[in-house]
Amino acid sequence: MTKMKKVTYAQAICEAMDEEMARDKNVLLLGEDVGFLGGNFKTAVGLREKYGDLRVKDTPISENSFLGMSLGMALTGLRPIVEIMFSDFLLIAADQLLNQIAKIRYMSGGQVRVPLTIRTTIGAGRSSAAQHSQSLHAIMCHVPGLKVVVPSSAAEAKGLLKTAIREDNPVVFIEHKMEYNHEYEIPEGEYTIPFGKANILREGRDITVVGTSNLALKAVKVADELAKEGIEVEVIDPRTLVPLDRDTIINSVKKTGRILITDEGYERCNIAAEIVMDVMPEVFYYLDVPPERLCLPNVPLPFSPALEFPLIPDQEKLYQKIKKMFKG
Amino acid sequence: MYFTMTKIRDFENAITDVYSRGLMPGLAHLYIGEEAIATGVCANITSQDYAVSTHRGHGHLIAQGADLKKMMAEVLGRKTGYCKGKGGSMHIMDISKGILGANGIVGAGIPIATGAAYSAKYRGTEQVTVSFFGDAASNQGTFHESINMAAAWKLPVVYVCENNLFGISVDLRRVTGNPNIAERAIAYGIPGVAVDGNDVLEVYQVTHTAFLRARKGEGPTLIEGKTYRHKGHHVGDPGTAYRLEEEKKAWMERDPIKTFRERLITEKIVNEQEIEDLEKESRKLIEEAVQFAENSPFPEPEEAFEDLFYETEGAEV
Ligand SMILES: Cc1ncc(C[n+]2csc(CCOP(=O)(O)OP(=O)(O)O)c2C)c(N)n1
Repeated sequence: MTKMKKVTYAQAICEAMDEEMARDKNVLLLGEDVGFLGGNFKTAVGLREKYGDLRVKDTPISENSFLGMSLGMALTGLRPIVEIMFSDFLLIAADQLLNQIAKIRYMSGGQVRVPLTIRTTIGAGRSSAAQHSQSLHAIMCHVPGLKVVVPSSAAEAKGLLKTAIREDNPVVFIEHKMEYNHEYEIPEGEYTIPFGKANILREGRDITVVGTSNLALKAVKVADELAKEGIEVEVIDPRTLVPLDRDTIINSVKKTGRILITDEGYERCNIAAEIVMDVMPEVFYYLDVPPERLCLPNVPLPFSPALEFPLIPDQEKLYQKIKKMFKG
Repeated sequence: MYFTMTKIRDFENAITDVYSRGLMPGLAHLYIGEEAIATGVCANITSQDYAVSTHRGHGHLIAQGADLKKMMAEVLGRKTGYCKGKGGSMHIMDISKGILGANGIVGAGIPIATGAAYSAKYRGTEQVTVSFFGDAASNQGTFHESINMAAAWKLPVVYVCENNLFGISVDLRRVTGNPNIAERAIAYGIPGVAVDGNDVLEVYQVTHTAFLRARKGEGPTLIEGKTYRHKGHHVGDPGTAYRLEEEKKAWMERDPIKTFRERLITEKIVNEQEIEDLEKESRKLIEEAVQFAENSPFPEPEEAFEDLFYETEGAEV
């Protein structure tokens, strides 16, 4: 048995960066408030003190250009980690992310590698309104050239982040901001988790639920409840959306005959549609009911909790949605 | 330097030729008239240094010694080109020579160059990065953001604004409060120097000072080379509608190659024969490049799926 310890999700992220910085002097971190403050979400506490100002760099509010700078660094021997405080702000840097970073290897005919990790946050539930609550990872999946990681728990986040930092391709690493303060058990010591291998969090024969980010964990809780009612849910955490582990999902649906995907992005053009379409040719004849999805409705996120919470996919909504798939 | 300038001119003329013969897919932005800037700047570059180019980048590449054959093959979309036909004229890169790419997005190369400079500082090397961009690019946010960071952190980067007065058809003076780009340097607390961009020696001198400053760890310099684009915005664009005839005439008379040639001869640095030999050699090299490109195969359609990710070529991602 691996020895476990208790840390928060934010601490797990910090540990991953700390270990990788200690391991490779070419790893550096830049972003807004990552230095003195130790990160807006406390994911970089103590790193500046340990590694110095040049290696843990507080940047001005210039997302497009400091992200572009990280590309210049990656092309010249470094392995930068960039923190973009909210995925909403990645839109400011969309040119560097989607036109430059995602494409430079391809445009150059494979001359270069781009070892670059872009960490950013998603998730609603803090009354942060429409510009600090979005889950925009589907956009990053749409444009070829980026790997996209959506870790669920702290243990997953740590192992996947270490893989991201060692990866010779650009990775967008999506952290869920509602998770930062949650405590989790994580393995002691060094470990990494490979990309493109989904994690079956719970086995079940009746329905496949694919949950991205922390919705995978919520799905497990719902599954525990449904088990009492005789519905056995198989919960899959895809871990990475690019590359996507289709096979694990396909095999699961062949067994269960039902698929529901839950993701906190807006429903329209959600990654759920992509996953369903991706597996459909192989599972169509195995399905008992049409595929379903539980996402954020197509409205901007409102400020008041009275308006916000009813929109966010949560355990209750997931429970209801799954139950419906077993009626009639 | 004269040889470099001639090679650039001949290369660009050859582009017009392959374009009119229907051999060239897409477009290319010609550097004709601006050769003195790339040449004067890059004469300071060592093999260790970096440069980031623009959509009008052929001159920068040639001045850094890029392979003419691979360049021409790329422009013609061939497999033997620098980017195996995936980049084309606007995206030629030669990482082995520190050429970190050209760019189809105006102003997008400025932060990339600034990051390479940060990297040099971080690794404690003496490398300098040159960031080329046009006058229109200086109105992008990346110009401000990047120079601000380079100034704050004293990064070893030389910003070279090629002010040819136009962004496609738009005269800089119609869209910019102060069209003297170098003067913006004051706001960042760094030196800003405007230079006659058609005088290769002056460009060389000013860049030399900027390189020394960068290597000493004193930070960036903003150089504005005042120059003129002789041709349209891209090959095939007549570029006539929006220019002042008088102004164009004056600039054409101050052709950087013609004036440098006259000077070399008057000051007896070379004689007519030697110059003609260089010119002949240049034409020969370009002809060979065109031949090589024309005789090169096109890539196979399935190659479109290669080179996206490192080590996972062709994988389903
Ligand atoms: C972001 C962006 N906006 C617009 C364009 C279209 N465009 C291509 S070149 C160009 C003009 C650029 O002018 P300048 O930077 O002065 O360089 P020059 O072409 O004069 O060398 C424009 C507007 C573009 N490629 N990218």
